[in-house]
Amino acid sequence: MDKFSFDVAHMLAGSLVLVSFVQLYQDRIYALLNVFALHAFVLALSVAWQAYVHDAPHLYVTALIALGFKAVVIPVVLHRIVQRLGIHREIETVVGIGPTMLAGMGLVALSMVVMLRATPEADPLAREDLAFALSVVLLGLLLMVTRRNAVSQVVGFMSLENGLMLAAAGAKGMPLVVEISVAFSILIAFIVIGIFLFRIRERFDTVDVRALDRFRGERG
Amino acid sequence: MSVAGIDAVSAILLIPAAAAAVLALLPDYRTGSRINVGAALLTLAAALSLFWNRPPVGRYLLVDDLNIVFIVLTTFVGFTTSVFSASYIAHELKTGRLTPTYLRFYHAMYQVLMFAMNLALVANNIGLMWVAIELATLTTVLMVGIYRTHEALEAAWKYFILGSVGIALALFGTILVYMAARPTVGEGLDAMVWTHLVARAAGFDPALLNLAFVFLLLGYGTKVGLAPLHAWLPDAHAEGPTPISAVLSGLLLNVALYALLRFKMLLAANPAALSPGPLMVILGLVSLVFASFMLYRRRDIKRMFAYSSIEHMGVITFAFGMGGPLANFAGLLHMTMHSLTKSAIFFAVGHIAQIKGTQKIADIGGLTETHPVLGWGLVLGVIAIAGLPPLGIFMSEFLVVSSTFAREPLLAIPLVFGLLVGFGALLLRLGGLAFGEPRGATGVAEASYGPMFAHLALVLCAGVYLPGPVVAWFQNVARLLG
Repeated sequence: MDKFSFDVAHMLAGSLVLVSFVQLYQDRIYALLNVFALHAFVLALSVAWQAYVHDAPHLYVTALIALGFKAVVIPVVLHRIVQRLGIHREIETVVGIGPTMLAGMGLVALSMVVMLRATPEADPLAREDLAFALSVVLLGLLLMVTRRNAVSQVVGFMSLENGLMLAAAGAKGMPLVVEISVAFSILIAFIVIGIFLFRIRERFDTVDVRALDRFRGERG
Repeated sequence: MSVAGIDAVSAILLIPAAAAAVLALLPDYRTGSRINVGAALLTLAAALSLFWNRPPVGRYLLVDDLNIVFIVLTTFVGFTTSVFSASYIAHELKTGRLTPTYLRFYHAMYQVLMFAMNLALVANNIGLMWVAIELATLTTVLMVGIYRTHEALEAAWKYFILGSVGIALALFGTILVYMAARPTVGEGLDAMVWTHLVARAAGFDPALLNLAFVFLLLGYGTKVGLAPLHAWLPDAHAEGPTPISAVLSGLLLNVALYALLRFKMLLAANPAALSPGPLMVILGLVSLVFASFMLYRRRDIKRMFAYSSIEHMGVITFAFGMGGPLANFAGLLHMTMHSLTKSAIFFAVGHIAQIKGTQKIADIGGLTETHPVLGWGLVLGVIAIAGLPPLGIFMSEFLVVSSTFAREPLLAIPLVFGLLVGFGALLLRLGGLAFGEPRGATGVAEASYGPMFAHLALVLCAGVYLPGPVVAWFQNVARLLG
């Protein structure tokens, strides 16, 4: 692979990590959804570039799914849900922005150390891609644990899945089975989540997960 | 011969899938529960026929000595649970906790779950296996939330979030395995076929393989319910319908463990990779000791047995982590016994909770006096799960402990300690539940005792005398596991 295409792939994967960081400090739910759309867009670009570089046309399908479904459909639908539920107020983060960003940096450093050490012999694009992908996965996890709102937890989960897609696209020649399954699972997951949101709404009139905390197993 | 073999494998996948479609369309719940039982019985028959007609290994599906054990156990408990479920849901409908529409959904989901578990067990492709386990997770999430109470929704949400994270980590591990295999096996589908992987594992990059295993252990370990990743398990068990608790404890945890075992065999085939044993031993011991102590503070009966499942999954993981013919044999036996006993206990607990109208331990008492059959069934089940002779779990625990003493006496100390602590907690609670002054409602039990006593009879038989062919089969599998 020539230097230019390598650099572009590198830049796109790096941007995905950057957008993950941007997600971490959004404290308004609409802003978070917009950043998530950007996240999915960058993922689509990155996967499409991999498809072009590796000459793997099936990856274009994955890129299209990321673009159409995750960058457009899901954010729009979530916007609607948020609007209908009237929860566009500030997101309450469990931990402050500062410590969260520091934790995020720590996680990225961790994934670099782990992946780059473990894969000295793999081809450079694959190993750096994996390192970036692991960072995105861990940042998605961090987003999930620092938020209380069900919608933002869902966004965290989806950006985690974006990281997995990046890893799958970077693994050269990985069968289509997995890409489709990932996209499909996101779809199912989304339906499930939709049901949940509506059920939670029905029962508690809020999607703040704290409302669920009244039940802590065996207090009574 | 081989054609019939392929048919048997397709049958254990197609029967549940077709039944799910039919059940989703069928409005009458009585017919629905009968079809559910019938489909489960047919699946069991198809699974048993695998012993005689083993299909050739394909790129997607595989039947070998190891997974036959799991498949037969899954389809058997799936069948008995469907019988139990038929009497259980009739009561739920009467008390209005479930509506006919939900029951239709429930039956369809039950068969989808059976399909997903069977698919995970026969998959020869690590990607396909992952998809199947994901499907099983999503199905159970929906079932756990089916009562739509506060508690059920929180339990389902927690299970969904933790389960998804676990599943995501497992997928990352799966991708890493593919990356490790690609240079040796070549690009494309072959690098995800388990039999190809294990045959050429010696040439894989050990560092990548190690890293992959860590992710897989964390990912699938969440599904096994190993501490400290177990937080979803007690809630999901306590708040869902009891047949689902029985299937979760008895089967789904095993399926996740099976996935781990497959990857353990992969690592064992590469001499330069880290040995997965110690990691599994540590997680197993932590789960065992942690869950044993947690047993003391339970006030909810289903939650208590959920913690007992964590305890036993810990023992099983520990045994497989130790490895070697004897410990693997003990692990397999313990897994089988635990599945049978724990689902029998949940059958009893399901009816008890329905009669008493509560799951609080404090409101249940003197069962042997008011409901002798259920009460003594529960006593027998708890005695079995606590590991008293002459029941099957005593034998398997004895084998785990003695093989550990022979090889690593230091590890045997926390193992025995954990087992004794758990033993004490269970017997302590049993006293209040089964004997003494009757407490709570004393309605008539409309129960089906068949499934419970069938399981307990099997456990008793295994404890007294284990037939020669079964021993030979398990020994063979134990050797395979290395």
